[in-house]
Amino acid sequence: MNAPTPAIGQPVSRVDGPAKVTGTARYAGEFAPDGLAYAAVVTSTIPKGRIRRIDTTAAETIPGVLAVVSHLNAPSLPYHEMEKRPQVDPKSGDQLQVFQGPDILFNGQPVAAVVAQTQEIADAAASCIGIAYEEAEARTVFDPGRGREPSEETAKGGRPGASGRGDADGALAGAAVTVDAAYVQAREHHNAIEPHVTIASWEGDRLTLYDKTQWVQNVVDEIAHVFGMDKEKIRVISPFVGGAFGSALRTWPHVTIAAIAARMAGRPVRVELSRRQLYNAVGYRPHTEQRVRLGADRDGKLTAIVQEAAAQVATYEEYAETTLQPAETTYSCPNVRTAYRLVEMDVNSPCPMRGPGIVTGLYALEAAMDELAFELGMDPVELRLRNHADTNEKTGQPWSSKELRTCYETGAERFGWANRIPEPRSMRVGTELVGYGMATAIYHADRGAAEMQATVFANGTAVIRSAASDMGPGTYTSITQIAADALGLPVDAVRFELGDSDLPTAPVHGGSITLASVGTAASAACEALRDKLDRLPAKGGSIAETLRANSLDRLDAKGKAAPGEETKTHASSAFGAVFVEVRVDEGLGAVRVKRMVGAYDVGRVVNPKIARSQCIGGMMGGIGMALMEQAEWDERFGKVMNANLAEYLVPVCADTPDLDVVFVPGEDTIFNPLGAKGLAEIAICGVAPAITSAVFHATGRRIRHIPIMAERVIG
Amino acid sequence: MRAFTYERLDAATGASRRADHPGTTYIAGGTDLLQLMQEGIAHPRALLDVSRVGTTGVTAQLDGIRIGAATRLADVIEDPIVAERLPLVAEALAASASPQVRNMATIGGNLLQKTRCLYFRDVTTPCNKREPGSGCPAQAGQNRLNAVFGGSPHCIATHASDLAVALVALDAEVIVERAGGEKSIRLDDFYRLPGDTPYVETALEPGDLITAVFVPIQATNLPGRYLKVRDRASFEWALVSAAVALVVADGEVVAARVAAGGVGTKPWRLPAVEDRLVGRPMDVQTLQLAAEAAADGADPRPGNAFKVPLLVNAVARALAATADQEANR
Ligand SMILES: Cc1cc2nc3c(=O)[nH]c(=O)nc-3n(C[C@H](O)[C@H](O)[C@H](O)COP(=O)(O)OP(=O)(O)OC[C@H]3O[C@@H](n4cnc5c(N)ncnc54)[C@H](O)[C@@H]3O)c2cc1C
Ligand code: SF4
Repeated sequence: MNAPTPAIGQPVSRVDGPAKVTGTARYAGEFAPDGLAYAAVVTSTIPKGRIRRIDTTAAETIPGVLAVVSHLNAPSLPYHEMEKRPQVDPKSGDQLQVFQGPDILFNGQPVAAVVAQTQEIADAAASCIGIAYEEAEARTVFDPGRGREPSEETAKGGRPGASGRGDADGALAGAAVTVDAAYVQAREHHNAIEPHVTIASWEGDRLTLYDKTQWVQNVVDEIAHVFGMDKEKIRVISPFVGGAFGSALRTWPHVTIAAIAARMAGRPVRVELSRRQLYNAVGYRPHTEQRVRLGADRDGKLTAIVQEAAAQVATYEEYAETTLQPAETTYSCPNVRTAYRLVEMDVNSPCPMRGPGIVTGLYALEAAMDELAFELGMDPVELRLRNHADTNEKTGQPWSSKELRTCYETGAERFGWANRIPEPRSMRVGTELVGYGMATAIYHADRGAAEMQATVFANGTAVIRSAASDMGPGTYTSITQIAADALGLPVDAVRFELGDSDLPTAPVHGGSITLASVGTAASAACEALRDKLDRLPAKGGSIAETLRANSLDRLDAKGKAAPGEETKTHASSAFGAVFVEVRVDEGLGAVRVKRMVGAYDVGRVVNPKIARSQCIGGMMGGIGMALMEQAEWDERFGKVMNANLAEYLVPVCADTPDLDVVFVPGEDTIFNPLGAKGLAEIAICGVAPAITSAVFHATGRRIRHIPIMAERVIG
Repeated sequence: MRAFTYERLDAATGASRRADHPGTTYIAGGTDLLQLMQEGIAHPRALLDVSRVGTTGVTAQLDGIRIGAATRLADVIEDPIVAERLPLVAEALAASASPQVRNMATIGGNLLQKTRCLYFRDVTTPCNKREPGSGCPAQAGQNRLNAVFGGSPHCIATHASDLAVALVALDAEVIVERAGGEKSIRLDDFYRLPGDTPYVETALEPGDLITAVFVPIQATNLPGRYLKVRDRASFEWALVSAAVALVVADGEVVAARVAAGGVGTKPWRLPAVEDRLVGRPMDVQTLQLAAEAAADGADPRPGNAFKVPLLVNAVARALAATADQEANR
């Protein structure tokens, strides 16, 4: 066989790009089963209480309305407990049960749905539904004083109330230099461009769901439990996802609503959440308040880290984050203590959002490290180098690979960090103050069990198939490259089919695990196929010739990959160093990021072009987090008031500075045979504290509340 | 959104009679109205499209410059007359919305866009402007976007248009087609303070069609700057904005026009600032002293108190930028 140049490592353009830009890529909401009807969801307008009465008469008389569904007429659903909760569901409490009773648990809770022949009729009818409530007193104020320990199940799931090593409080008391600071991070929303949408279609007792999801097979499992159905009778299809950032990891109530509505209307039904509804009908990054205390000796060696966090949580379900993990793993320090509290509120359940927990904890930890560097009069990079963690001190394991020192060096070099004048307020251009800031990025590398089927055809093409998702990071492309190399075929001869629950098992498309998991399964499947080819009696030059020589149209093989011994012997993580220049116009309260350099250790980079895209996307997410993204909460209504894209600000092109991404060399073949550690969440990690530290360097003022909007700069 | 009828008109004459019915509303670019309908804030039964009634284009007249109400924002920005003779207007428009919106949105619609007050835009909350008598949650709620001038206990919503701020500074007039004939209203009088009727926003009467805005000759060809402060670099309404136009002769300020956006329940003219400019030497001290009067009489809430220093600084910057421009002429 004449192997082409390896595709891995090449900046291959997205294989799904042409379909996306020409509009032929079919997203979940674009399927059109025969007889499709449309639903509009009606949501509660009070944060707590009960529904006294629902008046649907006006809605029902509108021509074209097919059904009005609420707890008054919806089927009673079993909501069976799952044998094992998927990793994306909270470990304690119960998911919101839709249309099962009159209780209101938060403002914006789905309480009814109208099904009609067109979306317009459904929307109009939905606005005619009158609901009378009996209001109860709601807890809508974030009061950290009310924080409670996470439950035992949550703690077992890696989000304990307390964790650490050594005697942090003792060490802090005796430390030569200390920092003690409190940080607030606002509630944030994913705001993917594609809204959440589900089409449900029943044929007898079989259900097909076209759903925006990051995990088709989990939707099957969850819906099977909600409806008490056989998993075999459910199929979930989701070939393209228009961004998700974690909001489509779980199976939210509207998926159940679609299935109920389709059953009651007797035809397929499409449910699309409005932009405003996306602020309560799916999760969000929880408002979190933290206190960090650091102790160090005069040389900057950390002697104590105490990090405490309190995060908002719903009353019915306990979503908790790994917020305090960075405190235990980022630096070398003998004494660490963390305390995690949950503040129950009458809100919908939060959920993972890009870099969940880690990015929140890292914000406070890294902001405090900058404060420590200042106290010590030490360069912030030098402080990090002096506290480099040669092993994972939480688990005691060696790292499977770690090139963080190179990240600092390379990043600092490309950024021109040496030009930083340490004194705050010492750099200026015109009316603007200039600030340089940096931070460490860390995000644990994980894998999940995955399977892949690979097929080669006599015409020389191949198809690989797995129930994975591609919400935009380039999974279609990178795994096609892996398979192409493993088969010795050019990239355009290989097609990757994903996003269908009937395909071989894939883990959740989240937590930066897809490439390392599904990509490894792809190699395994293709290698198995090569073995089979080699064992065929007649030989040929190319795959196509071999098949033809054996009178075969096609040949299939399956491959599997799962984490193994390496998880016991090693700790694995992606690392990075982020450097930022900001310009601050104090008089106008304006902070703009001028440029950013991110140097990343992600192991082997399968596709530098899409890897860069992933990183600049993460950087932009970090700019949003640091400077403009926040839910404007009204405590009286228990409601996000800026629930639209005009007033919930995300960075636009004009906010996009010069973004420089560099991957430091290194392959992590202990972590997996591909040597790739996964690259997604790492890109948002560390961006916010690099920016807030740069704002301090520019202004000499510590603003410990993100996002840093005009009012925080000006006064 | 409720069902509605749609009809495209092809002449301005007679429009006002057609529109003078409850539930009948004009639509131009639809960039605001459609949002209001989708959100359940507006429920027109009949839409009359006035984007092609012939009221487009910019014309230079002997007594001033007339901009047709149906002219798209993007076309106004690119118009050579506007670029040369009304730079303040061009700059205010260029800082408005995004290219996509500016390609659809019209001058008339821009002046009549509804407030961005978060409570006005969310039908599940009370709001006196949307539902008379229901209350004003913005007073003690999320009000960083709301006004520090011109408010009442009933409403503190800002007028969101950037264009209107520039036009108020230039003493522009709104030309209205009314059943009895054409009528011209000074823009400053056109907008109403909320008082106890925040739902009455303008001097328009039922059926009135805006056909043009008119900038009088003495307000043309003036050096001026529009400075807009916002949380992100583009595509956002003003937190605070300042429109400034000055006439300077022999180093002395002869005439000054200063207005602010993002701070008033209507585009807010700042006569106290103007008074401190006119008749004074055009120097740094004059400009600074004048700017300091910008927030005189402000009545902020805790959530928007930052707008007071911000306004002073924005006016100071806009004055300085105008002075620079004047110096380089
Ligand atoms: C995302 C976004 C960002 C924006 N940012 C800004 C910004 O930064 N600055 C800014 O100033 N604006 C901004 N806007 C507002 C935008 O400029 C207005 O929506 C637009 O100018 C309205 O014009 P239109 O022609 O689309 O009006 P329409 O939406 O068609 O109409 C608006 C109102 O005007 C009435 N109307 C229209 N024409 C006439 C007429 N000739 N006579 C009488 N009544 C009439 C309609 O009945 C309706 O009540 C933004 C809008 C969006 C959507
Ligand atoms: S400020 Fe005006 S628009 Fe806003 S809630 Fe109050 S009454 Fe409504």
